[in-house]
Amino acid sequence: MAKAFPFTAIVGQDEMKTALLVAAVDPSIGGVLVFGDRGTGKSTAIRALAALMPKIPMGDGCAFNCNPEEKRSFQCPRCAGGETPKTRMKPIPVVDLPLGATEDRVIGALDLERALHDGEKAFEPGLLARAHRGFLYIDEVNLLEDHIVDSLLDVAASGENVVEREGLSVRHPARFVLVGSGNPEEGELRPQLLDRFGLSVEVRTPQDIESRIEIVRQRDAFERDPDAFIKKQQRKEGRVRKKLQRARELIAEVDVPAEVLEAAARLCLALGTDGLRGELTLVRTARARAALDGRREAGLDDLRALAPSVLRHRLRRDPLDESGSTVRIDKALAELEAA
Amino acid sequence: MIEEQEARWQDAVLAAACLLIDGPGLGGLRLRARPGPVRDFWLEQTRALAQVGRPWRKIPLSCSESRLLGGLDLSATLRTGAPVMARGLLADVDGGVALLCMAERASPTLTAPLAALLDEPVLRIEREGVTSVQDCRISLIALDEGVDDEALAVTLQDRLALYLDLDTLSIAVLDDFPFARSDLDEARTRLSRVALPDAALASLCRATLALGIDSPRSALLAARTARCLAALAGRDAVGDEELERVLRLVLLPRATRLPAPPEPEQEEAAEPEAAQETSETPDEPPPSPPPEGGDDAEQDDSDRRERNQDQLDDERLLEAAEALLPADLLKRLAAGKLRSRRPRGAGKSGAQQRHLLRGRPMGSLPGDPRSGARLDLMATLRTAAPWQRLRGPSPGGARVRVQPDDFRVVRFRQRTQTVTVFVVDASGSSALYRLAEAKGAVELLLADCYVRRDEVALITFRGDHAELLLPPTRSLVRAKRSLSALPGGGGTPLASAIDTTAELLEQLDRRGVTPAYVMLTDGRANICRDGSAGREAATEEALAAAKQLRARSAAPGMVIDTSPRPHRSADRLARALDALYLPLPNADAAQLQAAVRQAAA
Repeated sequence: MAKAFPFTAIVGQDEMKTALLVAAVDPSIGGVLVFGDRGTGKSTAIRALAALMPKIPMGDGCAFNCNPEEKRSFQCPRCAGGETPKTRMKPIPVVDLPLGATEDRVIGALDLERALHDGEKAFEPGLLARAHRGFLYIDEVNLLEDHIVDSLLDVAASGENVVEREGLSVRHPARFVLVGSGNPEEGELRPQLLDRFGLSVEVRTPQDIESRIEIVRQRDAFERDPDAFIKKQQRKEGRVRKKLQRARELIAEVDVPAEVLEAAARLCLALGTDGLRGELTLVRTARARAALDGRREAGLDDLRALAPSVLRHRLRRDPLDESGSTVRIDKALAELEAA
Repeated sequence: MIEEQEARWQDAVLAAACLLIDGPGLGGLRLRARPGPVRDFWLEQTRALAQVGRPWRKIPLSCSESRLLGGLDLSATLRTGAPVMARGLLADVDGGVALLCMAERASPTLTAPLAALLDEPVLRIEREGVTSVQDCRISLIALDEGVDDEALAVTLQDRLALYLDLDTLSIAVLDDFPFARSDLDEARTRLSRVALPDAALASLCRATLALGIDSPRSALLAARTARCLAALAGRDAVGDEELERVLRLVLLPRATRLPAPPEPEQEEAAEPEAAQETSETPDEPPPSPPPEGGDDAEQDDSDRRERNQDQLDDERLLEAAEALLPADLLKRLAAGKLRSRRPRGAGKSGAQQRHLLRGRPMGSLPGDPRSGARLDLMATLRTAAPWQRLRGPSPGGARVRVQPDDFRVVRFRQRTQTVTVFVVDASGSSALYRLAEAKGAVELLLADCYVRRDEVALITFRGDHAELLLPPTRSLVRAKRSLSALPGGGGTPLASAIDTTAELLEQLDRRGVTPAYVMLTDGRANICRDGSAGREAATEEALAAAKQLRARSAAPGMVIDTSPRPHRSADRLARALDALYLPLPNADAAQLQAAVRQAAA
């Protein structure tokens, strides 16, 4: 198997890296969309994330990644019905949804082997089941077939996959962090899908010579001797993994002071974003960023750092205004500080 | 002349060598040439030197997704009673060379999986009940036969290091490749020892910046190519000569600007013009890709190589780039014909086969579920049921014997995709009054199309011809960009505009989408098809063209009269087109939009 380029060796692209880590700390933030120029390491970063994932308890032998310590209503029929299976620690799954995937493999379908051989009607879980409690990564998300998008949309919103096809009737939990990447020039994303992402990151090609050289140098060193390169990064990777683990434990205790809540509300008001979702996500990301830093209190800096990613795709925008979002958010942030 | 040709053949030979030494690392090669003896000879020679026992496979344009990626082997599955996976073409070609035929016409169903595979040499398959992850390292030769604007998908262009243009190469200079398989094997073993000095890396990166190449991938691919060349030459480190070659083989074809920091006004001029480059007007000179070096450039280049054998520095590399730039690059820059920095994307992904899988079910049909359709299990079993007794017990122990003929797939009905074609009069008479308003209206309508997920296309006409400024796309950013770059002024070549529109409508009809058009003009034609001026003759021609359009396509249309006072000519045009006529003397963009929306509903 080809080895993944280590996350910590990616040059620059801090907004993308922070957004991914924050989404890993608090899955309820709701996914990350990474849009931008070709060749900027979008898919590299996301694939690298898998190596950083801390371990979580899972039911032994459960095909749906159920958490044995969770309420029964959040578990798959097998785990909820029978005796509690043994708990095993496994890394948070990062599941790739490859191009050309068919609907049956995404949502799950009739188990062909058993249907053909035994004439039995059994459900074979799909990618959504495998991604439960983890990440579902879609490269070239804007090239995804519409019928697959349709099935994703509903599951991403409800956290439950309901399959009614081929005479099967199955429901199982499927709460995952949706991560998508793509290039906007190859087609727009459907607004409904855009809406499912908590954070949206824009990546740009670095225009300074030093980072360009550094990118090629790192990549080159990795390709010449992947094992040595990964080994060299091991300590750094371990540190990030620990940081993530700690942040996931700490997050419940992180306090969000009133001034941050107020600032989030004022920011959303100033920008005229729809509904509460933006505000909620702002607060959650601020909290997750503080936890990632090991602090027990979120500050205005946390809010500011990720506000563009949270709000960029939520502005009620004139779809033709391209300069728009980021500039408007920056302006609103500046005004917030002045006030 | 002959030296230039020989130098180009030498480049072609070296490109083949690089591909054979480290194909998977370089992604592959984009071969721009029409089929013919030159291309055949190059391919033949390359193939003869390929590693023994490695696959060399063609991917035809018609290759289906299930054949490309693999999936369920239906007959074997049924025979054995257990799911059997059919290997796809990509898995078959692992370790070898894949040739993508007529690459310029390849749809995203082909190009996107290839691009993903070049990104990460792992083939991931989640199809038809089959899950598999396997290593798969391929090199791709994209046979790009595009003329004019047709070209390989940008996602692939970006991932293929090498570029060759063999189109104007003479047979006279063809010669057998001057190395043997053993030389290549040796180079391959040396490859890992070839050093890339910091100075060389820095100058490559600087060159990408100077040439306006955005993707960081290019510098990486250039570095790898330089290594291959050094390994082939038997060197231990990348040197001057390699860098100059890499410039020609990898970087210059991707250049979007001249290496010298352009004057601000020059850039200003280039940017909006570049957006126009999407045009597909036949009477424009085909914008040939930049890489072919002018003859002086080549000579210059060899002189330089002899002159400088000392330390390399970036300025020299940039100088070399300047000298090597095709002579017409400057001209094209001035004429706005330079390859757009934001190249066209195929903003219509998957539009063709969507009806297989979406919409309201309409019953089932016999068919092969591997082509991407969904199997109707109940109908399939119902079809198989009456035959069970006749077929006897299954050898695999399955209870039911199903044969491929029994398969039924679900058919769906879907609202077909609509493409709205905007035909905007940018001539002097219109521009004077309303071009800004028309632009505003089109932008508002575009927003509407966005909501409905319609595609839009934009045709403009002024001066002596009409052009397709924007082929059908869903990308509003592109629509907006080409619109804002639209200049006004000149005559009104109405007949050409109508011809261009009719052609596009016909194409769209053939593609199976539903076209509609909106023409914004004052209807006052004054330029004939042949470019001669004359109001009466031009009007006659326009009206005749309008009647032809009506005969060629049944697409609904409307004419929006943009003259300050409603004018008879636009009305007459609308009548000839059998289109809706909307005189909107003092309407602003919002009113226009409302009218169109009403009419379109």
